[in-house]
Order: sequence, then structure tokens, then C-alpha cells
Amino acid sequence: MRAEAVSKSYGSRAALKAVSFAADRGEVVALIGPNGAGKTTLLSILAGIQEPSSGTVSVGRKEVGWVPQQPAVYRKLSVGENLRLFARLERVADREAVVERMLELTGLAEREGDELGKLSGGNQQRVNIAIGLLAGPPVLLLDEPSSSLDPRQRARLWELISRLAREEQTTVVFSTHDVGEAERYADRVLVLADGELLFEGSARALEEAVGSPQRDFEAAFVAFLRNRGH
Amino acid sequence: MRWLLLKDLQILRRSPLLLALLVAYAVVIGLPVGYGISAPPSKPKVAFYNGVAKQDNAFDLGGREVDASRYAEELFEDIDPIRVDSREAAIQAVKDGEALGALVVPSDITQQLQNATELPGIAEPPTLEVYYNADNPLKRRYVEQTVEARLAEANLALSGEVTKVAANALEVLLDGGPFPLPTGTIDVLGLKRANLALEGVRDGLAQDDPQRAAVQNVIAFAEVAIQSLDFAGPVLGAIAAPIKVNTNEVEGGSGTLEGFAVAAAVTIALMFVAVLLGAGMLALEREEYAFGRLVRGLVRPTSLLVEKMLLGALCAFLVSAALLGLLAVFQPVSLSRAPLWLPALVLGAAGFSALGVAVGALTRDVRAASLLSFLLSLPIAALALIPSGTLGDVAYDAVRGVSAAFPFKPTLTALDAGLNDAGSLGLPLLHLAALTAAYLVLARLALRRFGAR
Ligand SMILES: Nc1ncnc2c1ncn2[C@@H]1O[C@H](COP(=O)(O)OP(=O)(O)OP(=O)(O)O)[C@@H](O)[C@H]1O
Ligand SMILES: [Mg+2]
Repeated sequence: MRAEAVSKSYGSRAALKAVSFAADRGEVVALIGPNGAGKTTLLSILAGIQEPSSGTVSVGRKEVGWVPQQPAVYRKLSVGENLRLFARLERVADREAVVERMLELTGLAEREGDELGKLSGGNQQRVNIAIGLLAGPPVLLLDEPSSSLDPRQRARLWELISRLAREEQTTVVFSTHDVGEAERYADRVLVLADGELLFEGSARALEEAVGSPQRDFEAAFVAFLRNRGH
Repeated sequence: MRWLLLKDLQILRRSPLLLALLVAYAVVIGLPVGYGISAPPSKPKVAFYNGVAKQDNAFDLGGREVDASRYAEELFEDIDPIRVDSREAAIQAVKDGEALGALVVPSDITQQLQNATELPGIAEPPTLEVYYNADNPLKRRYVEQTVEARLAEANLALSGEVTKVAANALEVLLDGGPFPLPTGTIDVLGLKRANLALEGVRDGLAQDDPQRAAVQNVIAFAEVAIQSLDFAGPVLGAIAAPIKVNTNEVEGGSGTLEGFAVAAAVTIALMFVAVLLGAGMLALEREEYAFGRLVRGLVRPTSLLVEKMLLGALCAFLVSAALLGLLAVFQPVSLSRAPLWLPALVLGAAGFSALGVAVGALTRDVRAASLLSFLLSLPIAALALIPSGTLGDVAYDAVRGVSAAFPFKPTLTALDAGLNDAGSLGLPLLHLAALTAAYLVLARLALRRFGAR
């Protein structure tokens, strides 16, 4: 997957400034940066929800699984109904089997018939993630997928993502504010600030770029941003 | 699209309170507005005090007994009287807002009438007292006009009586006979008989009698008087018979008032359900953030809009058809005319729903969508219901222009035509189809403009 000089502006505000990067099959890429850096904007352009103001994206919408920052689910429908509806709309071949697998994956099998709005925020997020996985897409984009999950669910999520990348050769791009996650689970990190791509490489390379030794990766990341005037 | 439609119906089914409120609202607003606009204004309530004792009601008009209160009753034809016991009570009723006005018949009205007929030009004319509540000028004018119109009729009837008496007196003057006077009935000779008598006197006089010329002069005068009075009789009669009014109805657009009320009530119900659902259910997709998921290739934005349009139209159609069924109990709805009113109902539902979808495309959440729907719907309905003749030409043309841009007027026209055979059906149906398409295009443009997130 490749993005070429992708820019996006809302009126006079530039949310993305000529961002280019590429991700290989089976690669896991983390997108980190402060609030309002343009992470969601970049991911939603990659997902085909928004058109970039300029620049190109090499993947088609159909090849992308999308997990938005806010759970995009129908709160009046049950867990099962949500999964089935989107499986239908995605034209998933073996619908029932896939829905079964997702229910198991999210650990919500026994809550299948519950109205989604009555689930906790984290459980809603689990369904949100499951919907992004339904079609088994070659590219998976997740916007802060772990932010509302408990530690056990986080572990399960990353385990799943690592397995998808390893076994299905799925390309994964996720954004997070937990830079520790980025360090641990991503092959590569992209640092975005004020719509600009400031860094692209491994977590180690970022620490080295800061120069002076730091306590951990998070401290290195903060120092990096400070050095760049953010 | 089918699955989305089913999903939305499922969501609606799980929001029974919301749905019940929407339907109740549509019906509760639709019915009274529909009937309110078509019902003629009701009779104003007027406090009435009649100071005349029952036995004093009659007065004497040239020997004829005339019942004074009969003329007061004339006033009641267009008002709803609240009978009270005193002038003070009548005035109080106006002050309390219980009555729009008060009408007081003074206790000496009979005497006043008597005096007026006996001493015309000298006695004060008989006077009724009318009190108005001035805090509502519109109603005040209505009561004023009603009372004045009725009073004119009472006056006319009374002057009719007077002329009859006058004509009678003339007759006696001409032909002679008994004439009633307050002091008792006297026998009047009459001009004709007096003339005959004079002719006898004249013939008895010698040809050269100097009185003969004098008598001849009186006879000549009597003849002229007889001829003039003979002529005066019919003239008086003509005055007594007032100008007759021949009322004719000019053919109007609408069939009956009740039929129009049904069309209006159904249109209002259609509007509320279709606009609110079209707007709300589209906005819900965004509020749930599902919109982004859907338009990334799962559903084409146009299909999504058409789906919401169908959803709103379907629900509005069902609700208004049920309302029509309910109204059929009071005002027959012709089933044989169904091929005419069904298309009106369907296209009206589609037009309103498309308008709702356009509203929904402009808004990001259900609350804003509902608010905007209300803000739009109420004035549109109000504008479309303004009758011609209440505004100046230019203003009315402007109102018509604005109304034509929204589905209310064409739906009402089409339903009135379909249900009540009032006016043409084809044109408003075409109009609705065009509006539906136009609003869908507008919604599509709005979606593109306001993007998906
Ligand atoms: N629909 C929009 N209209 C106008 N401006 C927008 C819109 N969406 C995003 N922006 C602006 O674009 C910039 C980037 O926003 P974006 O949501 O991509 O940030 P982010 O990195 O995801 O932030 P966060 O970590 O808080 O989620 C922000 O300045 C935001 O105000
Ligand atoms: Mg974001």
C-alpha cells in the first residue's frame, strides 16, 4: 500500500501536508502524533472515506478493512444483528461462519442478542473492530483501536493483529496515543505532527534520532517532538 | 439497499416511544389544523341582557301590537348569546373574557319605540347598548360587524312594520273606515266619500251661487289628493319590501369544506412523519458514525439517500393511510376513487421524505435534523394554507412561489383533487415528482459538500 504526497485541507487549515509512505504486505505500521496531528484524517483518506485535496492512494476501498475511532455500529441493533448486517453489506461469502468466528474472537458470543447500545464502551469497540475484520481484507486500518479496551482485551487485540500480519500477510496501519504499543507491536512507526510526516522508521531509529539517551521510548518520542518544535 | 431498509425498520420498531410520539404528533396536529382552517368561524359569544319585562314587550304601532323583543332576537342569528340578569353582569362577562361583547336591551326600549313611531323626528331613536372587549381588535371587529349587520336587518323589519301601518292609515284616509286612536276607535269619512259629499253639495247649489266656485275648488283639490294618495300607497309598499338578495355560489376549487379538511389533515400528517423520519434516519447514520463505513463502497451514497427516502415515504404513507381510514368514519372516503388519491398519497409521501432527506444530509446529528425539520415544516404548512384574498397581489404571488418550492401545496392540491374531485390531479402529481427528484439531487450535493466522517 502506498500513499503519494497526500494533502488535505479544511478551508484554510491544512490537516495533512504532502504525506508519503508505503507499507508492505504483512507489515504493521504505527501512526503516532499529538492530538490534531492528522492521524484520523490520513487513515480515513487511506480508507476511502474522504478524498484527499491532492495526492494519491494506491489501495481501493474494497481491499481495506476500516476500524474508526468512534464505534461505527447501530446501537439499537444487537451484537449479532450488527455483525450480520455488515457481513451482508460486505457480501461476505460464508456469512454465518464468519459471524460465529467474530463473536468468538470478541468474546461476546453469550451477548450476541443484546442491544449494542447497552454494552460497555469497550465491548462496543470490540464489535467495532470485529466489523472491520469481517471481510478478511488485505489491508487493515485501525484508528486508536485499543484506547477503550481493558488490558486483557488489548493483549488479545494485538495478538490477533500480529497473527493476521504473520499468517494472512495483512498490511496493518494503526494509530495510537500509547507509544509503548507502537514500540512493541509495530514494525515501523510514522510520527505525524501538524499534518507533517516528521519521522518514518523503527522505534529504535527514532530513539537514536533524538541523540541524547532517554528513559524509555515514550520519553524519546516526547523529546523528539520537542526538538522539532512541537 | 434492502438490508439497510430492513435495518432501519428494525431500529424504528425498537424505538416504540419515539414512533408513537411521532404518529401521535402528526395526528394531533393534523386533525385540528385541518378542521380549524376549514371550519367557518364559530359564532362569537355575546353576553345578552334584555331589560324588558315579558309583559312590556309589546308596543303599539298605529293600533297594531308589535313585539319589540322579536327585533332583538334578530341579533341572535349570528351570535351565541350568554343570557345574564343585569347590565352589570353583561359588562362583567366582557371584562372576564367570557364574552367578546355584550348587548343590552334597555328596559324602556318598548317606550322608546312607541315614542319614535308617534313623534318621529322629535323623540330620541330607540337605542340598544353594545359593549366590546377592546383587547382583541380582530374579534372586536368581528362582533361589531355581526351586530351591525343584524341590527340593520332588525331596522329593516321594523321599518317594514311602520310602512305597513302608514299604508294602512293612507287607505283609511282615502276610503274611510274605522281608525284606532289612543282615545278610542273613530270612524273616518275618507277622502273619496268626502269628495262625493262635496259633489252633492255643489250640485245642490244654484248655477250662479257664488259658493259654487269655492266648492268646485275644494272638489278639484280632493281629486288631485285622491290621485296622489292612490299612487302613494304602492310606493310605500315598495319601500316596505326590501331589496331581495339572490345568493349564488361561484364554483370554487375545493369540493366541500369537510373534504378539504380531510385532505389538509392527511397532508399535515404526511409532512411530519416523512420529513422527520427522512431527516432523522439519515442523520442517525452519521450520528452512529456508520455513514463512513457505508459509503466506503458498501452502499452508493445515492442508494443510501433513496433508501432513506423510501423509508420515510413508506412510514408516512402507512400513518396517513391509517389516518384517512380513521377520518373515513366521519367523512366518507370513496374507495372507488382510490386510483386517484393513492398516487397523491404516495407521491406526497415521496416528496416530503425527499425534503427530509435533504435536511438530513445537511445535518450531522438527529437533534439538529429534527429541529431543522420542524423549523421548515411549520412555516411551509402555514404559508400553503394562506387563503387567497387575505394578502395583497404581490405578497400572495410571493407566497405561492415559496409554496411551490415545497411539497405541501402540491400534496394538498393533489389529495383534494383525488379525494374530493376538486380540480386537476395530473399537474400537482407531476409537480411532486419533480420536487422529489430535485430534493434528492440537493441531498446528494449536500452530502458531497459536507463530506463523510
Ligand atoms: N471535518 C473537519 N472539518 C474541519 N476540520 C477538520 C475536520 N476533521 C478534522 N479537522 C482538522 O484537521 C486536523 C487533524 O484532525 P485529525 O482528526 O486528523 O487529528 P488526529 O491526529 O486524529 O487527532 P486525535 O489524536 O485527537 O484523534 C485538526 O486540526 C482538525 O481540527
Ligand atoms: Mg483521531
